[in-house]
Amino acid sequence: MAIVDLANPSRFLKIANSVIPWLGGLTVFAFAFGISQAILAPDDYQQGATVKIMFLHVPGAWLGMLAWGIMSISALGTLVWRHPLADVTAKAAAPIGAAFTFMCLVTGSLWGRPMWGTYWVWDARLTSVLVLFLLYLGVIAVWRTVEEPSRAARAVAILTLVGAVDLPIIKFSVDWWNTLHQGASVFRRGAPTIDPSILVPLLIMTGAFTLLFITLLLAAMRNEILRRRVRTLRLMQASVAG
Amino acid sequence: MEDGNHLLFIVAAYGAAGGVVAALIAWVMLDYRTQSAKLAQFESKGIVRGIAGQAAAIREASKDA
Repeated sequence: MAIVDLANPSRFLKIANSVIPWLGGLTVFAFAFGISQAILAPDDYQQGATVKIMFLHVPGAWLGMLAWGIMSISALGTLVWRHPLADVTAKAAAPIGAAFTFMCLVTGSLWGRPMWGTYWVWDARLTSVLVLFLLYLGVIAVWRTVEEPSRAARAVAILTLVGAVDLPIIKFSVDWWNTLHQGASVFRRGAPTIDPSILVPLLIMTGAFTLLFITLLLAAMRNEILRRRVRTLRLMQASVAG
Repeated sequence: MEDGNHLLFIVAAYGAAGGVVAALIAWVMLDYRTQSAKLAQFESKGIVRGIAGQAAAIREASKDA
């Protein structure tokens, strides 16, 4: 089946209905394995046991940025190709991305207090992630304010593409500015700087969270398609009654 | 800072993350239930999507009139 076949919402629903339970099961299994590895992971020589917070913080950051990346591609799909599922994807991804960005900010603060001595500092990395969270809230507000989905989709698409500028700022903020936040330690040129005893559980937890993200995204997209069908039926009923 | 104090931060972080994940799962499941129930309500009234559905709805409305 070509990827373009998924553009049909009915076909997407059929595929999502069969895939979501399997993905859900796989996610539970991945979390069970990931959490067991996180518990067994040794303490870091500098961070001590608080390194276990990284098993939540890093996936949160990754998925917060991934969701906006998906929304940006969807924005192009809405504005350029008018792909039927593009704005459905963008709308479904926004609250999930916001939630993971929030998780990143909260877990980062809870790590920062014992390690840096403060919950928050206005350095470039933290501030640019906070900006991403506020952008998510803005996008969600536009979706909720504009009733006509296609009009809302165009407004959101423009806001999303403008907001995409924040992604490279987040990624390279630790290189461009002198920040309290540490530099890249996983996704960097050369090998990761983390010891395998901590890197492996981190990657397993990141995989588990990514599976959860995909499952939630598919489920939220399915909900959005159903919501639009309800809207169509409501309009149909109103036009017949009128 | 002592390890005991660190444990509080670790537990709080896992609690917050668990809360976020639980909220997301609950949101998706409740929304699915709500939308499915609304669609079923329309179907029970004989209002369905597509040209055939529209024709049926119009027939139904003209019967009532």
